[in-house]
Amino acid sequence: MPFIANTDEQRREMLEQTGLSAEDLFADIPPELRAESLDLPIGMNEQQVSGHLEKLAEKNHARLVSFLGGGFYDHFIPAAVPALASRGEFATAYTPYQPELAQGTLQAMYEFQSAVCRLTGMEVSNASLYDGGTAMYEAMMMALRITRRNRVVIDETVNPIYRVMIESYTRNLSIDLEQTCCGEGQVSRERIFELIDENTGAVILQNPNFFGIIDDFHDIAEYAHERGALLIVSVYPISLGLHKPPGEMGADIVCGEGQSLGLPLSFGGPYLGFIAGRKKHVRKMPGRIIGETVDTDQRRSFVMTLQPREQHIRRDKATSNICSNESLCALQAVIYLSLMGKQGLAETAELCADKASYAYSRLTSIPGVEPHFHAKWFFNEFVLDLPEPAAEVIGRLIEKGLAAGFPLSRYYRGMENSILISLTEKRTKEEIGYLAEALEGALEGSQAGGSR
Amino acid sequence: MSGGGMNEAKLIFEKSVEGRRATQKTPSDVGHSVNLNPDYLREAPPELPELSELDVVRHFTELSTRNFGVDTGFYPLGSCTMKYNPKVTERIAALPDFAGLHPLLPQLRLGGMLTQGALEVIWRTDLLLRELTGMAGFTMQPLAGAHGELTGIMIMAAYHRDRGNSKTTVLVPDSAHGTNPASAAIAGYDVVSVPSDENGLMDLDALREQVDDRTAGVMLTSPNTLGLFNPRVKEICDLIHSVDGIAYYDGANMNAIVGRARPGDFGFDIVHLNLHKTFATPHGGGGPGSGPVGVVEGLLPFLPVSLVVKREDGTLALEYDRPKSIGYIAPFYGNFGIVLRAYVYLLMLGRDGFLGVSENAVLNANYLRTKLKDVYRQAYDRLCKHEFVISPSKAMEEKGIRAVDIAKALIDRGFHPPTVYFPTIVRESMMIEPVETESKETLDDFAEAMLEIARLAKEQPEVLTGAPRSTSVRRPDETKAAKELNIASL
Repeated sequence: MPFIANTDEQRREMLEQTGLSAEDLFADIPPELRAESLDLPIGMNEQQVSGHLEKLAEKNHARLVSFLGGGFYDHFIPAAVPALASRGEFATAYTPYQPELAQGTLQAMYEFQSAVCRLTGMEVSNASLYDGGTAMYEAMMMALRITRRNRVVIDETVNPIYRVMIESYTRNLSIDLEQTCCGEGQVSRERIFELIDENTGAVILQNPNFFGIIDDFHDIAEYAHERGALLIVSVYPISLGLHKPPGEMGADIVCGEGQSLGLPLSFGGPYLGFIAGRKKHVRKMPGRIIGETVDTDQRRSFVMTLQPREQHIRRDKATSNICSNESLCALQAVIYLSLMGKQGLAETAELCADKASYAYSRLTSIPGVEPHFHAKWFFNEFVLDLPEPAAEVIGRLIEKGLAAGFPLSRYYRGMENSILISLTEKRTKEEIGYLAEALEGALEGSQAGGSR
Repeated sequence: MSGGGMNEAKLIFEKSVEGRRATQKTPSDVGHSVNLNPDYLREAPPELPELSELDVVRHFTELSTRNFGVDTGFYPLGSCTMKYNPKVTERIAALPDFAGLHPLLPQLRLGGMLTQGALEVIWRTDLLLRELTGMAGFTMQPLAGAHGELTGIMIMAAYHRDRGNSKTTVLVPDSAHGTNPASAAIAGYDVVSVPSDENGLMDLDALREQVDDRTAGVMLTSPNTLGLFNPRVKEICDLIHSVDGIAYYDGANMNAIVGRARPGDFGFDIVHLNLHKTFATPHGGGGPGSGPVGVVEGLLPFLPVSLVVKREDGTLALEYDRPKSIGYIAPFYGNFGIVLRAYVYLLMLGRDGFLGVSENAVLNANYLRTKLKDVYRQAYDRLCKHEFVISPSKAMEEKGIRAVDIAKALIDRGFHPPTVYFPTIVRESMMIEPVETESKETLDDFAEAMLEIARLAKEQPEVLTGAPRSTSVRRPDETKAAKELNIASL
């Protein structure tokens, strides 16, 4: 039997020593509750299962030249990241309940927390959450716990995938969710100020926003603080190699998706949520937190701390129902950040911006392709308007081996012809040129077709 | 494990040397960005460490030597099912055509056709889990067990909303894992704790008094955290159904009965499974996990968006138009990489493999229980399933020996300790789950260590209270950690 060590002889011996028969082992399950023979396939061995999965993998088109982003990016991953994180001592361990056997995980998580603080300009961080969307939900709940208010303002430039998640999570709760609309790319001060009132506990923004546009939210932070609300900023960590961190803008809570820090895209997960805040709020922060201490011999040690916030102690009064974190993903992220280092992260961010800027000028030179917004300050993504529905053009370009971008009509009304194009350091000048030629060809082809 | 003479742990930031680097700069082939606004840039790069690649490799390799996983040794952590994680699943999850797949691809026109292989993994895993649980359909979206619980309670709430029921309470046994009451509370319900009877099972008489029109449902783990199967589980489900409540099965302990009994046949309406437990995906030091949720036919409309469905032409697609759905609980299709690993494991085991899992998990637990029961205090002296709970004997307690001392002494003998101080309904509890992938020899060695510890408890208790001696640190001061809070090096 696969992965079972006991031999038939040993099983007989063990049963004998326990004074049980094989049937006795399940005697406490009443016969009428036992399953009849289950309709499951015959087991495969390692070679067979590898062959089957390799065939399935071939049915995916993962190797398109991709300009897809929207919060999830195809960055380069140094070989040392998976090599170190896949070590069995890390990967096959569990929650560090016994600190003497988990100093590796514990110290790495403390280092992850430190790296998140240094990136975001905040004072405290936890040891990670499931993903960027649940991190935003937890950040919102944390802000409402701190302010004891129930109104949330969320800007339309925040990732729409996260906005629909927040809508789902709050449906059964008495939370008043207000979303802005119809801005001009950057967060509309007029609209957001209009929505913030004395019941607002949290204002949720994103930088760079879903359209790729960069902003400085210090004025919104001030406005919110004057009215007793907290500012939550969701952030793309690679951009922080170059851009002003939310901590410097007066953000109270910073959250985000850490997939870009050395994790593969992997069709949507496992990913890495992070959350950081101000020291004065640390007891309201959800999830696992690792702290430094000393042992009985005064040696530096690391342990899980502030556990009275958590579900295994507080049960239904806990700050969150979260029981674990995304430890292995956080480990990958801290290894990635250590390899990139101070200069490497800044250079990678710069390279992403360079490619995007070049692609923007190259693509907007195509007749009929126009920038959607006036704002021209963007990091590695931008929105273009095509002369026809973007979804159709993108569909045609797939045949050319391109995932040209994301059609915004899926989430934004009035943006039928708009495409979100994302660049990372992996895209080359040649690939950008190929995209430009293919796009020009696709548009010409359809115009020629239309005039026939 | 390194000895006590080791140098004090140094943070990676403390090893930084100005100007050193691990990666070499890629020259830009496109010139510099003209779309960056200097006002928005940071003054200096973030203070990340400056190290060579070898520095980083040595740092994390050294950290790994101060960690203990299933690959290192026996890890009988109760209710966590620390079974062996097959290496082949890692290789398959790293295949570029899975690992490199962008989750937005299916949202492009005809994009589902670009990801048929990945959708097939999700679809087939759903079918296999249905068969193992008796549910009518699964969502793979929950990102962990506790996330599955929250999803399940949200489905429960959506059902009652749809029926026009005004329900306010969820019943949870006092032996339940803390996530159960926390999940119910976060979904907006009041939690009512149901006591256990003298046999360690949910007290049915108490339950009868607690069930009323306000009851939205019950959350039950079976076998429970004491390793005991409740033969009256169907009565409990029937009772809940009598007030139009929902019976929720927490699959944390599914390993005990997998392939032999199905929660659907007990009368449960919602099931969550922990792929990182029963289905052998690595625990990762505490995540990433995966907690698929299955439901009976009547609850299918409430499952989260999106759902993989098979079309008439045999191709697979993602269904988004689900008006009664609870909505989006994860950005895409769950922790796909974890579902993929579990799918590989499901295929490798097959029907006979799962029968072997539950048989050996239960046999190993009862074998170890029998070996220890005369020396340690056994919470419930009867047949257990995959795990059991013991405590220090009276004689040990008289010498001042607590569960924590036994745990630390086990560390010196090369074992990961059991879960201690949970479940809380047993004093000084040690919850032991030996899992099916461990051999008789390992169990014998562990039993011998436990018996030696019991002897030392009476003869030389100071040896135990001074443990562990073999690790780089000993009993870190948790009070100091909380009081002088240092959670980041800035």
